[in-house]
Amino acid sequence: MLTLAATESPGARPGPWTLGVTALALTLALPVLVVLGFLLVPAGEVWEHLAATVLQDYVVNSLWLMLGVTVGTLIGGVGTAWLVSMCRFPGRGLFEWALLLPMAMPAYIIAYTYTGLLDFAGPVQSTLRGWFGWGYGDYWFPEVRSLPGAVVMLSLVLYPYVYLLARAAFLGQSLCVLDVSRTLGNGPWRTFFTVALPLARPAIVAGLSLALMETLADYGTVQFFGVATFTTGIFRTWYGLGNTAAAAQLAALLLGFIFLLILLERLSRRQARYHQTSQRHQAIRRHPLTGGRGLAALGFCLLPLALGFLIPAGQLAAWALEVAGSVLDDAFWRLVGHSLGLAATAAVLALLLALFLGYGQRLQPTRGVKAAVRIAGLGYAVPGTVIAVGVIIPFGWVDNQVDAWMRASFDLSTGLLLSGTLVALLFAYLVRFLAVALQTVETGLGKIRPTMDESARSLGLSPGTVLRRVHLPMLRGSLFTALLLVFVDVLKELPATLILRPFNFNTLAVRVYELAADERLADAAPAALAIVLAGLAPVILLSRSITRSRHAQPH
Amino acid sequence: MQSPSPQPSPAGGEGGTESATGAVETLLGREGSERKLGGQLVISGVSVAYGGVPIVTGVDFSLDRGDIGCLLGPSGCGKTTLLRAVAGFEPVASGEIHLQGRLVAGAGLNLPPEARRAGMVFQDFALFPHLSVARNIAFGLRHLGRGERQARVAELLDLVGMAGAGAKYPHQLSGGQQQRIALARAMAPRPDILLLDEPFSSMDAELREQLAREVREVLKREGSTAILVTHDQHEAFAMADRIAVMAGGRIHQVGSGFDLYHEPADRFVADFIGQGVMIPGRVVDEWRIDTDLGLLAGTRSHGLAPGTRAEILLRPDDILHDDESSLQVEVVNRAFRGAEYLYSLRLTSGQVILCLVQSHHNHGIGERIGIRVAVDHLVAFATPEAARSGLASG
Repeated sequence: MLTLAATESPGARPGPWTLGVTALALTLALPVLVVLGFLLVPAGEVWEHLAATVLQDYVVNSLWLMLGVTVGTLIGGVGTAWLVSMCRFPGRGLFEWALLLPMAMPAYIIAYTYTGLLDFAGPVQSTLRGWFGWGYGDYWFPEVRSLPGAVVMLSLVLYPYVYLLARAAFLGQSLCVLDVSRTLGNGPWRTFFTVALPLARPAIVAGLSLALMETLADYGTVQFFGVATFTTGIFRTWYGLGNTAAAAQLAALLLGFIFLLILLERLSRRQARYHQTSQRHQAIRRHPLTGGRGLAALGFCLLPLALGFLIPAGQLAAWALEVAGSVLDDAFWRLVGHSLGLAATAAVLALLLALFLGYGQRLQPTRGVKAAVRIAGLGYAVPGTVIAVGVIIPFGWVDNQVDAWMRASFDLSTGLLLSGTLVALLFAYLVRFLAVALQTVETGLGKIRPTMDESARSLGLSPGTVLRRVHLPMLRGSLFTALLLVFVDVLKELPATLILRPFNFNTLAVRVYELAADERLADAAPAALAIVLAGLAPVILLSRSITRSRHAQPH
Repeated sequence: MQSPSPQPSPAGGEGGTESATGAVETLLGREGSERKLGGQLVISGVSVAYGGVPIVTGVDFSLDRGDIGCLLGPSGCGKTTLLRAVAGFEPVASGEIHLQGRLVAGAGLNLPPEARRAGMVFQDFALFPHLSVARNIAFGLRHLGRGERQARVAELLDLVGMAGAGAKYPHQLSGGQQQRIALARAMAPRPDILLLDEPFSSMDAELREQLAREVREVLKREGSTAILVTHDQHEAFAMADRIAVMAGGRIHQVGSGFDLYHEPADRFVADFIGQGVMIPGRVVDEWRIDTDLGLLAGTRSHGLAPGTRAEILLRPDDILHDDESSLQVEVVNRAFRGAEYLYSLRLTSGQVILCLVQSHHNHGIGERIGIRVAVDHLVAFATPEAARSGLASG
């Protein structure tokens, strides 16, 4: 008998759900398994060549990037989180959600924008030259397209990860703990560093590891700035040297870094649970900052918001208006159509698979099913470049096998059925973004307690009717959120799309990349702006949940 | 707490509970089930198992129309599992369940919950957060027309004292109010039986008894047949007509609260219900037992053979404070209860007993006071060793 509640005893024989969920999880794990499998394949001279020449650069540059982003996101994220959660100053309520806005800005887009703003011909240097009468070579100006430049760009758009988790941790801290520190003779600064910060540390580390995963996954920024890292190395080895095995091995090495970060994140989240000292939100008495100190706080919060969102978004809008007449042609709208269609298809597929996994876990909560669901959700940490390599290798192999067999048997060439088609691209999106949908669907399903199913059943509803009358209305919000999040993530995705897209099939993100590569930064603005605007949607969702939790606090 | 089995089961099948329930109330014999099918709920010989592990074994229980029953027992005793088997959420491994004369589980049949007409109130209430209070209550009333449905919802809101709250949403209600709506929702389709799974466990302790009485009144007014599952005996006393004490997957005794307190069928029930101590003694004859408190005599036969080593149940209200008495004992502890003190008293033998005294008798710890034993019948059990050696059969 089908019940919607988790009534099946663990240890029962594997049912259809277990088999289905396991099969899906293995399929989704395929790219990662393929990449790791290449660790066993000798890549020969190319690998030796890489190891002797550029490999050290990849490692050193990646480490510098990570170190720089760590410093940048910690200062920006923790500092602003503490100010908005613990202090009162002008604009605090606004900053509480506005500080998330830079999340809408993909790193490669902010990098292109600042390059346009700050390079020799850009408005900033031109203005300076105009004021002071300088000529070429008369003055020193920091070079944006450099490793430090990449650190700043990435920090500006990634600090919100740290901000979000740190803010939640500060709000979750028992105020009594802070008060105890004050009564024991510690001033506010000392209390922050000796009590509040250590208590929030696990949450902060979790946020930081997310930011670092994004740093390692970034391709657009480092490629444009000419910083050699793993992702650019994978591209170069794949296309430039044409060596599959070496590219896959670089990808595996990158996965090693990512794996360490996942471990760090998991451990921190586990610790964070123990560090949550208060059960419910207390009314927070925010420390008022007046006069100059209030203005300083305002400035500290305004800086990342302005640099990370307001200025680049404003510049993009200005450029977009400038070039609107020449760029917004049929070709542009075709791009929009491609992007929207692709993102919508991926979102719907991800939602369906997430529902399948979520219900599999609910109906047969065996250890096997749970492990399979976790594996299916691991892709969120895997860089798009790595997934692309892991998809194209097995898909290409299957295509070649089918083609050879068809030619031998029927004298018919089937060509590429999977690789180089939208199938490969959609599969890669699912591997990477299924976790986003899965998490949302799981949260939604968690709110439908088993007793609600049972209530409905004992009130005379069949299982199908329970789905329609209880589950669907209760899940509607989560389903919409899942669709939206995957949709936007796909819209922003660059490296996997670059590698896997069918020949001559362009999306907004790819077009932005191509125009930027041609130094036509202003022409790229309309497409870039469209991506940023779409990216605002999930940010608005997040900030709404922040505002709601604030209203839920007793006053 | 251990559930002692004082006597080996004489026969298989329902025999396991026979020894315990036989003394007080005979339920269903094998041949009795035919006669009892007129009852609103008849559970006969039901066992439930999870993955081969038995949770409930060979349980018999029945309720007449309009009765409120209770499954009372410590956590893990199988009471909730039995309730869920009645609702249709757990399949029975053996035995049968009849609801209003209709077989709903057993003999290869397992009706799904929606076909059983058994309403259920859950521990967490399980109100649907996306529906208003009125639509929650109307959830199981799809078969009614719009007008009838609204009338029934209004009637139930009135019945549970929440008239006018129909437009609210569950999250706007207090815990007690949510509980009343959950009750109204389960009662709305007029189920053949109402199942309440620890419905007061999330309430403050002071509120529970009062709520239990209120719910009882609501159920009686509606004429509902209901079973309550709880581990709280005060809740059970306040609400139920018939209480089944469960432990280790078996029913030890069925009876009213009064019966369970004054005539417990075995050691487990004696321990679990009310307060009291077991003091050792030796059976003299059919009425009398020799103890540290002297020779205790009941007005009825206690059922143990002369010479048996026995344990006698002494409730705090069996011991009376009497300054005139020659039986002097030492106060070793006392708990102030408002109207009374509960004294712990040490006999010269070292045995400690409990005594309930009106609180104007204020005696300090270490003081010696006089007491008198006032039992009208002796509740005595053979010690486990005596039971094993077969001396207990009387």
